[in-house]
Order: sequence, then C-alpha cells, then structure tokens
Amino acid sequence: MTAALGRTLILLALLVSAAGAVVAFAVGRRPTVAGARWAERFAYAFAALMVAANVVMVYALLTHDFSVSYVAQVGSRSLPTWVTIVSLWSSLEGSILFWGLVLGAYVAGATWATHERHPEYAPWAIGTWLACGTFFAFLIAGPAQPFVTVPNPPADGPGPNPLLQNHILMAIHPPFLYLGYVGMTIPFGLASAALLSGRLGPDFLRALRTWLLLPWTFLTVAIVLGGWWAYEVLGWGGYWAWDPVENASFLPWLTATAALHSALLMERKGTLKGWTVTLVMATFLLTILGTFMTRSGVFNSVHSFTQSSIGPTILVFLTAALVWSVATLALRVDRLSAPAGGFEPKSREAMFLVNNLLFVLFTFTVLIGTVFPLIVEATRGVQMSVGRPYFDRMAVPIGVALLFLMGVGPALPWGRATGAEARRVLLPPLFGAAVANLIGLALGVRHPWTLVTIALAGYTAQVTLVEMVRPLRQRMRAQGERLTQALEVQVRQGRRRLAGYVVHGAVVVIITAIAVSSTLGHSREVQMSRGDKVELAGYTLTFLGAEPVAEPHRQSMVARVAVERGGKSLGVLTPAMNYYPNQREPVGTPAVRSSWREDLYLSMVNVDPGRQTLGLHAIVKPMVAWIWGATAVLGIASLGGLLPPRRRREEHGTVAAPAGRPAALPTSR
Amino acid sequence: MSQSSTRRRNRWFAAGALGVAAAAFAVITAGGIGQNLVYYWGPTELHAAGDKAVGATIRLGGQVAPGSVVYKEGSTLEFDVSDGRSAVKVRSTGVPPQMFREGIGVVVEGTMTSAGQFECQRLMVSHGNEYRAPEKGATPDMRKLMETTQGLAPEASDRP
Repeated sequence: MTAALGRTLILLALLVSAAGAVVAFAVGRRPTVAGARWAERFAYAFAALMVAANVVMVYALLTHDFSVSYVAQVGSRSLPTWVTIVSLWSSLEGSILFWGLVLGAYVAGATWATHERHPEYAPWAIGTWLACGTFFAFLIAGPAQPFVTVPNPPADGPGPNPLLQNHILMAIHPPFLYLGYVGMTIPFGLASAALLSGRLGPDFLRALRTWLLLPWTFLTVAIVLGGWWAYEVLGWGGYWAWDPVENASFLPWLTATAALHSALLMERKGTLKGWTVTLVMATFLLTILGTFMTRSGVFNSVHSFTQSSIGPTILVFLTAALVWSVATLALRVDRLSAPAGGFEPKSREAMFLVNNLLFVLFTFTVLIGTVFPLIVEATRGVQMSVGRPYFDRMAVPIGVALLFLMGVGPALPWGRATGAEARRVLLPPLFGAAVANLIGLALGVRHPWTLVTIALAGYTAQVTLVEMVRPLRQRMRAQGERLTQALEVQVRQGRRRLAGYVVHGAVVVIITAIAVSSTLGHSREVQMSRGDKVELAGYTLTFLGAEPVAEPHRQSMVARVAVERGGKSLGVLTPAMNYYPNQREPVGTPAVRSSWREDLYLSMVNVDPGRQTLGLHAIVKPMVAWIWGATAVLGIASLGGLLPPRRRREEHGTVAAPAGRPAALPTSR
Repeated sequence: MSQSSTRRRNRWFAAGALGVAAAAFAVITAGGIGQNLVYYWGPTELHAAGDKAVGATIRLGGQVAPGSVVYKEGSTLEFDVSDGRSAVKVRSTGVPPQMFREGIGVVVEGTMTSAGQFECQRLMVSHGNEYRAPEKGATPDMRKLMETTQGLAPEASDRP
C-alpha cells in the first residue's frame, strides 16, 4: 500500500518533470506569459511530488513497514530514531530518492527567485532543471526503485551499514553534501539558459553568482564534515586520504571555486564569459561523474557502500549532459569571445587568471589520479590504485601557489599598477609572513613545505585583514563615524565583500592547520595489558580495563584509558569497538581529546576483555580542531554574504549605496 | 600594422607558453603516477612478477594460511598469505586488527624484499562473510577481496 503510493508519486514526478521540460523549452522558443506560468507550475509540482515521496519513505521507515523494499533492506526495529531517519540516505535507492528531494527543493526555490526578475531566460533554466529532474525521477522509478512491494514482508530488517549508524555526523554530512552536489544543477541550468537565450548580461551574472555560491558553501562544509566523520570513525587518525570518493566531492569543488572567481572578474570586466560558463558546466558534469564513481561500485573505497546497476544509466546521462554542454557553448561561441586587449601582468585581473589556471590544473591532477586505475583496468586488466604520495606531491605545490595568490591578488589594484604602487602594496605583508614564520619556528615547525605554507599564510592573513579593515578606516576618516557605526554599515552594505574576505581568512586558517597537522605530531601503536602505561609526546596513558556495553542496536567493547600530562590527570578516554548484528567485523569509535593546541586521538585496534588486553593506536596531532572551527566560520560568513545588501535605515539620513554594488561606499550625505 | 603584428606575436607567445606548461604538467603527472602505483596482486601473481615486484608498493590479497601465524617479540608477527596455489611469507610489525586470525581473508600493503619476504606496512582484514578462501587452484577474486576489506582508503602515513 505504502509502496504503491510511493511508486505512484514517483511516476507522477517523472511525468510532471518530463512534461514541464517540454513546455518550458517550448516557451523559451516562443515566449508567452501563460506558457511561462505553466512551466513554473510544473516546477513547483515536481518539487511537491518529490517532497511527498520522501515523506512517504520516512513514514514507512518510522513505522517499520517492511513491505516496502527499501525499508526491508535498511530498516530495523532496534535502531534509535535518528538512525531510522538517517537510513533514508544510507543506501543507494534511498539516497537517490533524497537526491530527488533536494533537487525538487532547489528547483522550486530557484524558479521562485528567477521567474519574475529574469522572465527572458527563466523558461530555459526551468526546462534544463526539469530535464535533470526527469532523469533522476527515471532513476528512482526504474533502476533504483525504493518502493518495490515485498510480497512476504520480513518481521525485522538488518539495519543500515554499520559505518553509517556509528556516528551522529552521518546525520549531517550527507544532507550538506547533497545540498552542495545537487545544487550545482541550478547554475548549470542558468548557464544553459543564458546560452540558449543568448543573454549573458549583468542580470545573468548576479543570479549565477548567487546560485553558485549557495551550493558551493554547502559543498565546502560537506567536504570538511566528511573529513571530520572519517577522523571520528575510521580510526586511522586522519581526515583525508585521496580516496576516489573523497576526490569525487573535491573535483566539482575545485571547478566551482574557479568559477566563483572568474564570475567576479566577468562581472567586473565583462571578460571570461565563455570560460566561466564552461567552468559552471564542468562543475555539474563532475558532480554527475562523482555520482557515477560513488554509486556504481567501480572503485574500491570505504565509501562506496553499494554496488548496483545504475552505473550505466548514470554514464548515459553524463554523456548526454556533456553533449548538451558542448552544443550550447558552440551555439553562442560568437558572443563568448573576450573583448580585445589583454591583462596587465601586475593587476588583480591577472592574478584571477592565474588562480583559474591553477584551479583547473588542480582539477586535472586529481581527476587523472582518480580515473587512471579505471582506465588501466579497462585496457590492460590490471588492478591497481594511485598511491597517496602522487596526490600529495601534486597538491601541495598547487595549494601553496593558490595560497600565495590569495595574498597577492587582493593586494594588487584593479587595472594597471606601476612598479612603485605594486611594491607599496606587496612589501608590507612580508611582515606578516615573517611573524608567522617566527611563530612556526618557535613552536617547532621544521618541515620545509610547512614553513613555506605558514609564511604565505601570514602574508595572506595580513592582506586579508587590511582589506577587511580598509573600508572601515575610510569611512571613519571621511565621515567621522565611530568604529561600531562604520562596522554596522559595512556589515549591512559591504556584506558580499566582507564575507569574501572572512572566507579567505578561514581558508588561510584551514590550509595552515592541514599543513601543520599533517607534518607535525606523534603516533605509536602498542599492545597493552591492564595497568600498563605508555608515554607519547608528554602524555602518559594508562590502560585501566575493558568492558562490554550492551545497547539495543549494538554491542560495544569499551576500553578505559587514563590520560595524564605533567603529573596532572586529564580524565579518562574511552575508545570503543562496536559490533553490529549485520556485520561480523566491528566498527571502531576512536576517543578524541580536542584542544586548540592539539588532539589526543586514541583508536582501539584490538581488544580482549577476557584477558584484559588492548591494542592501542595513539596519535597526537596539532591544530586539528582549527579545521573544524574555521569551516564553521567559513560557512556562516559565506551564507551571510548571500543575504541581499540592505539599505541603510532612514534615521541615519544617508543615501544608500545602489543595490548590486555593495562594495561601493556611499559618499553623498 | 605593427601593433597588430605585436599582438599576433604575443598571442603566439601565449599559446606557446601554455603548450609548454601543458607538456611539463603531463610529464610531471605521468612521472608522479608511474612512481606511485599500488598494484593489487595475489601470491601467484606476486611470484610470477619475480624481481620486478621488489620495491614496488603492492596490495597483496589472500587468506592467512592456517597454522602459519607466529607471534614474535613486541607486536611483530609473521604469517603466510595464500591463494590456495602458492603462498607468500609476510612480516608485520603493527598491532594486528581485532578480526585477524588464521583462515581469514586479508589484504596487506607493503613491499617485497629481495629475500622473498613481504614487509607489511598495513594489515587489513576483509569483512563481510562474502569472502571465502578460493577453491584449490582457483584465483582469488581480488576485486571482491579488496571491496570487502575495511580501511583500504586510510593510510597509516604516520605509523612510526
């Protein structure tokens, strides 16, 4: 019954999205007001049907309706409620259904936001979005159908993959990832619409930037949350391993970041239109490629939870989207060529250009390393993977170069700078670089790449701070405002600019923390008996004992390890190993003691409660918590920058800056 | 006239520079990949590779041969990884994972020494009940084994 209802909703969504796409494209060719209304209605209907289908699935999960195939596959009566809800995206069919929900929400939101302001290309955009919607509705209705009726429903189900029910982050990371991944459909649709309608003006740019920045923010946070999850669950003490599935999320992030920057240049100078649109389309294609890599089981990865037959279907869609992108770009190639004239080498524009080239280089590096094993296996039948040193060796210099540009770019003025001007802005931040390096040396950093990173981080941090403070100082000096007043105006009107620099600042912190935490630190593996003590980087760890703990959905072995430093007790850490009924092997839960200085990370490798022995992997890693903290700041600042700039309140009695140019300061009084 | 020819020369120069950069990138990438390949092999393939296998990073998959596990001082242990046809001696110094025991499917990552012993840097146990030791004479399904082995992605890069 429930299964039939779900199937019906999905079939309706498929019909509505297909019909809506046809109508929207027809309206794009021959615009009519009534036709445009219909295209919008189809978009909202698609969203409503996807929401309804997901509600039906969550209801089936919560009521343990094992007559629904997906519930029979991942449900279990013994699960805590949060795990039951999270089960929605714990396996292939459910996660594609959830994709449909997120896509529906995005399509509805983007339709609502664009249909009035941009009537000339909204139908084309809606058509593209609904065409993508048609594909995903088809996936749910066919190859990944979660609503199959089970003729003889079992009394209970196995529950989801233990790795997924082991940590609360699995309730947060996937939704963010989907909000980032699926959201890239919207800029793809906007780019297609701009090309199809031939309108690549400033209106399009503003919409594109907003709808690119929103999913970009979610994707950024999602990637870090994924790393955090790996850190908290997998037990090897790291957060990034260049795993194919991690790369799948990183690749579109790289192109989207490049597109955000080139869109800024395009907005400012009217150049790089074709380039920006290409990057936006590449981002979408990479999300589909990433879905293929994650969901088709072609890779050996801790993350590829399912193998299924949807691989070929996704490949077909990927090919279609690629052909579509090339065709629409070719259609307007005449309007995309840049105006004559190059860039001055000592200008912000030039730095934007180099930044974009580096991001594309980075994308190719990661892409090649990721798909190389697939190509070799397909052509020579040899199984292999590309080792982590390849990625590290390539990524570190590119990352360092990008960090350098983050400092030099914003410091340089737009347009043409004389040598003296360039020196005036580029030399002072060397002070920040020197200070940062001295701090690093004093704290024991010796690794050459880390020292370079820290120096550049100091340089960039100084530039970023100066750029953040500059408008405040200008206001205070020119208009005699107090700091709080100037800050208020800046937050209200210069929001986008301010947000950009806060994001840059957060990225500087994240890169520094990654460099420091991956090159400094200590670790050791020991086999202990009860009462044994072990020393690591000033910590004394004492194994107090191990006990089994029973929970409804799992059995755990919990070890108690007392932590001391300098004769002072820091409490007891409890690394654990959890046994789930549907898996023979246990899943670990490392215990982490986090502080702003460093993390003490204890991972249980093996345990014998009978003999009271413990195999312990203990790691001390500096600065890890800075990554999580800075990412939170980045996410909040980035979302804040998306809010439209508000006009100044009347009682202040000034004329507000014209909307859309938030970086400009109001000068008239 | 002279201005347009300058511009054309500049354009050729830019194209040339991009071409050189692309070629350099290709060479560096190819070299980087070539040096960092990790091969997935079974014991028979490893033996067949002979001296070529020495020094390369290899993921060796198979079954811990029953009766072969010897615990040495500290956490060092030695065991044979077998595919039913041939076996490779493996030496591991890390703390073995919880499920490690005789007869279980494992993937060990490390290098072959010229003495014919496999030095294991990472020892991973295949999970799920899907993996069965191969029939006598049959090749183990490496893909299946790798897929069911937890912790393949993380690298114990900071192992002492």
